Amino acid sequence: MNALYRWNFAPVLDNLDVLWAGAIGTLRLFVVCLVLGFGFGLVVGLGRHARARWIHLPATAFVEFFRNTPVLVQILWFYYALPILLPFQISPLIAAALGISLNSAAFSAEIYRGGIESIERGQAEAARALGMTAAQAMRRVILPQALRRMLPALTNRGIEIFKMTTLASAVAYVELLQQGKLLASLNFNPIETYTVIAVVFFLCLFPLVQATYALERRLGRSDA
Amino acid sequence: MTMADASSPSTPAPAAAAAQPLMRVRGLHKSFADHAVLRGIDLDVMPGDRIAILGASGSGKSTLLRCLNFMELPSAGVVELAGQAIGRASPGKGDAGLRTYEEAELTRVRQRVGMVFQQFNLFPHMTALGNVMEGLRTVRGQREPDARARALTELARVGLADKADAYPARLSGGQKQRVAIARALAMDPEVLLFDEPTSALDPELVGEVLRVIRSLAEEGRTMLLVTHEIGFAYHVAGRVLFIADGAIHEQGTPDQVLKHPSERRTRAFVERHREFDF
Repeated sequence: MNALYRWNFAPVLDNLDVLWAGAIGTLRLFVVCLVLGFGFGLVVGLGRHARARWIHLPATAFVEFFRNTPVLVQILWFYYALPILLPFQISPLIAAALGISLNSAAFSAEIYRGGIESIERGQAEAARALGMTAAQAMRRVILPQALRRMLPALTNRGIEIFKMTTLASAVAYVELLQQGKLLASLNFNPIETYTVIAVVFFLCLFPLVQATYALERRLGRSDA
Repeated sequence: MTMADASSPSTPAPAAAAAQPLMRVRGLHKSFADHAVLRGIDLDVMPGDRIAILGASGSGKSTLLRCLNFMELPSAGVVELAGQAIGRASPGKGDAGLRTYEEAELTRVRQRVGMVFQQFNLFPHMTALGNVMEGLRTVRGQREPDARARALTELARVGLADKADAYPARLSGGQKQRVAIARALAMDPEVLLFDEPTSALDPELVGEVLRVIRSLAEEGRTMLLVTHEIGFAYHVAGRVLFIADGAIHEQGTPDQVLKHPSERRTRAFVERHREFDF
């Protein structure tokens, strides 16, 4: 540790437009992965919950496969290996989005399943006794309550997705870390550049997490 | 076995429409894995019948009730609703064997056979009004103002119009159960099933729920009530079934079954429940 190191953020701040482009890329990838990951995760989670084997087994296989392989390997595989098997090119965005979304779907599927199965049996029975179909009972009675219980776990997943977007730099997708690498190698100032990158991530995520805490408190109000 | 029932089980009753049972149960069996809970129940529920179902815990009385709105699927036997046998006989089996049930048909049946649960099972994320409106909106597809007006009427009927905007967590057990009754009533069920509606309540809250049920009985609604409140059964029911070992052990008027039981087990049950009467 060199106490005499003289910090100089000027070269980083001079290139804010480069970082801005990265931030836009990070945000785009995050939103895509959040929507696809949580959306597909719900489908897979309901599949895991289903009683029919032909739904249950593929959903389980999906979850186990994507939970037990590293996201970075998936991204590299989609980017470098898949185009050899398929007759079209895959952009860095699509490769990264596929890897992160499928991984998030696998993890969030387990959150959905756990949340759904934590709701007392009597709730589904009361809904069915009114004449609701299974789908109506799920949509109107089970899921609204389950989502509330799942919110902390889903928030964690969301934060994880945000941070996982940096893995896209492995296929040169333009996001924050990728742009940071670029600046650090051009200006030979990894200390300042990566410090700024870390601070930017913190400033993005911290308010987001606080907001979900507030949401949790608000939703918790009608419960006992 | 005493059969106070006038109709003979084998006659399909081609008589007048008024004489047709609302629900007709024949040879109802229910097993969970290897354990036989119901072993052949025959029952006719006439319009306006108020039937109390008594029995020791584990005798199968709740399971019987839950088979009538298909919360549990019968292992064998037939349940008819207004002359319509529910489900289809499985190929290769007779009418008394295992049947297959279409989910869509059961959904329609449940709209006509309301149920009130021991644990209330109110939806905690909806207000009292929201709970009562839910079936009207989601199942009946009613417009919001219509459903709201109807739900308020039903809440007023159970004496809870002033609690319309309260969430279940803010209601007492007795109030929760009255909301649950209003929720069932809003669907205009032809038959109401009460599954030990006061068993989860503190003793001082039992009365308010029983009063609501009695007022429904006095309106002439068809109801089946599984209960441990022998006194209530005596005063409100028109017919009492005593269930033991998954079969109807004795049945008749409240006076016959509760005051002058002819079966030893019925007598023992009634005495046990009246032990501390004064």
